[in-house]
Parts: sequence; structure tokens; C-alpha cells
Amino acid sequence: MKNAVGREIPDNIEGIGKVKPYEGAFKNIGAIEKTKVKVSSKLPNEDKVLSSIRESIIKCGLKDGQTISFHHHLRNGDHVLNMVLKEIDELGIKDITVAASSIFPVHQPLVEYIKKGVVTGIYANYISGPVAEAISLGLLKKPVVMQSHGGRARAIEEGDLHIDVAFIAAPTCDTYGNINGVDGRAACGSLGYAIPDAMYADKVVAITDNLVDYPACPIEISQEYVDYVVKVDSIGDPNGIVSGTTKITKDPVGLKIAKMAAQVIKASGLLKDGFSFQTGAGGTSLAVAAYLRDMMKKENIKGSFASGGVTGYIVEMFEEGLFDSIFDVQCFDLKAIESYRNDKRHQGMSASMYGNPHNKGCVVNNLDVMILGATEIDTDFNVNVTTGSNGIIMGGSGGHNDTAAGSKLSIVVTQLTKGRLPIVVDKVTTVTTPGETIDVLVTERGIAVNPNRKDLIEKLKGTNLPIVTIDELKKTAEELTGVPEKVEFDDKIVGVVEYRDGTIIDVLKKVK
Amino acid sequence: MKILKPAKAGTYESNDIYIMIQPNDNGIKIELESIVMKQFGKRIEEVIKETLEKLEVKDAYVVAKDRGALDYTVSARVETAVKRAGVEK
Repeated sequence: MKNAVGREIPDNIEGIGKVKPYEGAFKNIGAIEKTKVKVSSKLPNEDKVLSSIRESIIKCGLKDGQTISFHHHLRNGDHVLNMVLKEIDELGIKDITVAASSIFPVHQPLVEYIKKGVVTGIYANYISGPVAEAISLGLLKKPVVMQSHGGRARAIEEGDLHIDVAFIAAPTCDTYGNINGVDGRAACGSLGYAIPDAMYADKVVAITDNLVDYPACPIEISQEYVDYVVKVDSIGDPNGIVSGTTKITKDPVGLKIAKMAAQVIKASGLLKDGFSFQTGAGGTSLAVAAYLRDMMKKENIKGSFASGGVTGYIVEMFEEGLFDSIFDVQCFDLKAIESYRNDKRHQGMSASMYGNPHNKGCVVNNLDVMILGATEIDTDFNVNVTTGSNGIIMGGSGGHNDTAAGSKLSIVVTQLTKGRLPIVVDKVTTVTTPGETIDVLVTERGIAVNPNRKDLIEKLKGTNLPIVTIDELKKTAEELTGVPEKVEFDDKIVGVVEYRDGTIIDVLKKVK
Repeated sequence: MKILKPAKAGTYESNDIYIMIQPNDNGIKIELESIVMKQFGKRIEEVIKETLEKLEVKDAYVVAKDRGALDYTVSARVETAVKRAGVEK
């Protein structure tokens, strides 16, 4: 059956079961039920500290076919996922589903466990590197389920994604399981993505390299959720934890795009006192923040909040008084971690509070402006950030489709072509974010506004910004690059892309 | 026309193509690597062949390492490599 973005979705997918096709960004909102949680309560004087990861796996009673989870705040410096899987493999446990909020190149050992049948299923919001390639080549037994940050929280809370054991990388943990991310050698700041795991998994193991006396305050994940605590030598490499992408671009094309995006925001009328804003950590996205910073200072505008994965640049704007608060689900650099530790108005948020469409209101619903990237965008404004145009997985929604849906104005900033590939295309390889939630596309060769946003088109008419149709942008791109040949896929489904509400917006096919 | 000696042109930078050209005995042989092989591999080979034809090069062994170059870049790099190699009429 064709879903609401025109993608052919089978009724049943082997390894997934019956699927519900995507019907529209807000068609599946309303009354829901949260799942029950099994709790093994503790007696006074019962000890939580165990001697090894292996002992914790045994004590949790992990069996063949169960699901374990991880969070990705240690990013490409994470040691925990690899350490846990090594023990699981050595214990002879098989057919495990790994629900990791994101998977990075550092998780390459996972490929071997996929080949050996130790791991047969994966849920993730973002996957890059060898694991992504292995999945696209069809090595994983069950189709991968690609979710969004908010969608993952939703799936866990509703019981669609049941976690048997959550392994939480804890930069600091006390002997009774209170966790924070602000202290320790592997400090990473907010632990927002781990919170649904901690609250809803049957068993929770905190793995730390900074075991401290009780209590470890400030507490981000509390003792009431944690079954066991394990001390290891290192949970992660600080160099891999802090992202290298948090610099403003110096590329003149990127700067031109960012400047135009800032002018679109100004023209939209949203840039006034109380303004709220989120942007990614990419160079062009950050440059938009830089232009806004100047505009806000010049016109003496005081914003309400900035949100998301937080960079030092956003913290600087906050410290200058341009935003009253920050909502932080993940810190991207040391400056963000420091601010999160020291300033109470730099508020942590869980993945659910950030973007779950099925709670009583998530932060993205209060966002004025969201700046997004794109690997491809099609003439219906559908965006792909999941696969490269060669069809191989190279990312995933993260917060992309959550923030696009929630914000009043979602702007995609991208160069019109990248390495000969046209970015504006007829049909995106994979739909990650539906076009109905994307308002504007800004490229160096023109700005296209979603035809549904007639109000915005009117407002932009009064400016000297180069407004064109998205079809014109597509044509310009193809004139430069030539029309790419269609990439051919095998019929085998290697994954599904779940929209934040749990419906299936697209499927991923095996690459030839 | 024949290629006299090996020569190269271009870089490994993004949006460029690196061309190495060498003498060859019978006809044109092209070895292409590209970051957009699936989408533009055929087209890049075509442009290399067309450029060699235009320069009347009948025998050459071309190694091309593409980093997303547009057609005119491909053509310019091939032409430069041929001119650096020198040809025998």
C-alpha cells in the first residue's frame, strides 16, 4: 500500500510484522497508553555494585532473543556498547536486538557480532560507518528500525520497543546508582537520551569509570531506576566524545546560505522578544546562529530559549542574554557541558520531553525556528537524511522529523549540489521527514517556500530575497551536474524508517 | 595520435578529478574510480572518451580518480594531461 508520502509499504514485513503506514504528520496523535514496567525492588542493605559487566549480564538474566539498549552521548568515543557485546558473545548469548539511540564508526565490532548471529536486530536514530554499510548490504537478520529521537522515546514509553536490559554509560555514578554526566573523565553533560531507557527497561545497569560515594549530586538519572552498578577502567575516549563539527563554516557558499536563512527568519516576523530557536551542529547551521546573534543584538531582541543538542556557540548567545534558557538533551562540546553543569537555566531534558509526539507536550512544539540539514530534498519538500544517494545508510533522523513537525518555521539549509550530486531531486532516495513539515529550503542559488505556506510566501514577497520554486532549483541543479542515473536496489528490505508517531514512512532496500 | 610519456593533471580535492595518462598500444583504456560511480560513472567515462576523441588521441591508458568533478572539469583535466604528455602525430 502507498503511504501518505507516496511510498510503497508492504502490509507485513518479515522480522517486523504488520506495519502501519504513515498517514500524515499529525494524523496519529491523541489518547495513548503507556506500558507497564517490571521492577525488582531492593531490600535495605542490598548492594548494587557488581564486579564486572559479565556479572551484571548474568544477574540481569539476559537470554537469547532479548533486547538491550544504549545511549549515544559518548558518541564516537563510546566504549560501553563494544564492551557489553564482547561479554554477551563470550557468554554464548545469541539473537540479541541492540536498541542504541545512535551508532558510530567506533562501533565497528558490532559488524562481527551481526555476522555471527549474536546481534540480529537493531533500533537506532542515527547510524554511520561500518555498521550502517553492513546493514545496507543485507547482513543483519531482521530489518533495522530507524527512529527519531522523539519517536524512540515514544516507542519505549508505549511498549513498542521493549528493553530487557539497558546499559547506561555513566560518566559519574554512586554506589547506589545515582548518575550524572557532568563530572568524571568522560563527562558528556546532559544524559537526555538515556532517560526513557532508565525509566522503562526491565533491568538497568549503570557502567561507570567514576564510581563515587553515595550520593552523587547533581542526580540526572536516579537510584530508583538502576538495578546494578559496574565500575570499568574507561567508558569512553574524551576526544571522541566532544564533536569536531561545532565550528562555524568558513566556506563563502555556506555563509551566503546562512545569511539568507537568517533574513528569511527576520522576514517571517518570528524574530522578536520571546523568540525560540534550534540549530544543528553543522557549519552552515551554526553560521545561521551567528547571523541571528548580530540581528538580535542590533535590535535588542531577547529570546526565550534555544534547544537541542547544544554547542558552545549557543551557550555564548545564552550568556550574552540573547536567550533566557537552554533546553539540553545532549552537549556537543566542553563549553556546553560546563554551562550545563553550572547554570540552572541551562535545563536538561529527556528525549521524551524533547520530541515525543505522544506525551502531554514536547519542547519542539514550542519552537519558533528550526534549522535543518538535508542529504536530499525532493520537489514535494520531503527530506532524506537517512541514506546517501547511493542508497547506503549514512545517518538518520535524530531530531530532524521531530523538530520539523513541532517548529513554526522549519528551514532546510543546504548547498544545491555536493560533490556533483544534485541535492534537490524528483524523489528522495529515502523519506526521513515529510515535506508537509518543511517550510523553506535555502540554497546558494535561491530560496524555495513550501506552497502550503502562503502566509510566508506573502511575507517574503516584500523582500529582495531570491524566491524561486523548488522545481526551478531542481532544474538549476541538474543543469550543473547532469541527471544522475537511478541507483538500483535489490528487492530485499533491510530496514524501515519509522516516523515519530510509530508509522512507517519508508523502507530501506538492500543495495546491489 | 599517440601519447608519448606518462603525465597527470588534477587533484584529489572535492569536486576535482585526478587524471593519469600513459602510452597504450591498442586503443583507449580507462580505469575510473568515482565517489559518484553509481550515479555518474558512465557519464564521466563518456566525457573522457569524447575529450580524447576531440584531441585525436587514439591510443592511451587513462587512470581517473574522481571526487565529484563536473563535466567541464573532467574535460579540462583530461586535455591538460594529454598536452603535458605530448603527442606524436
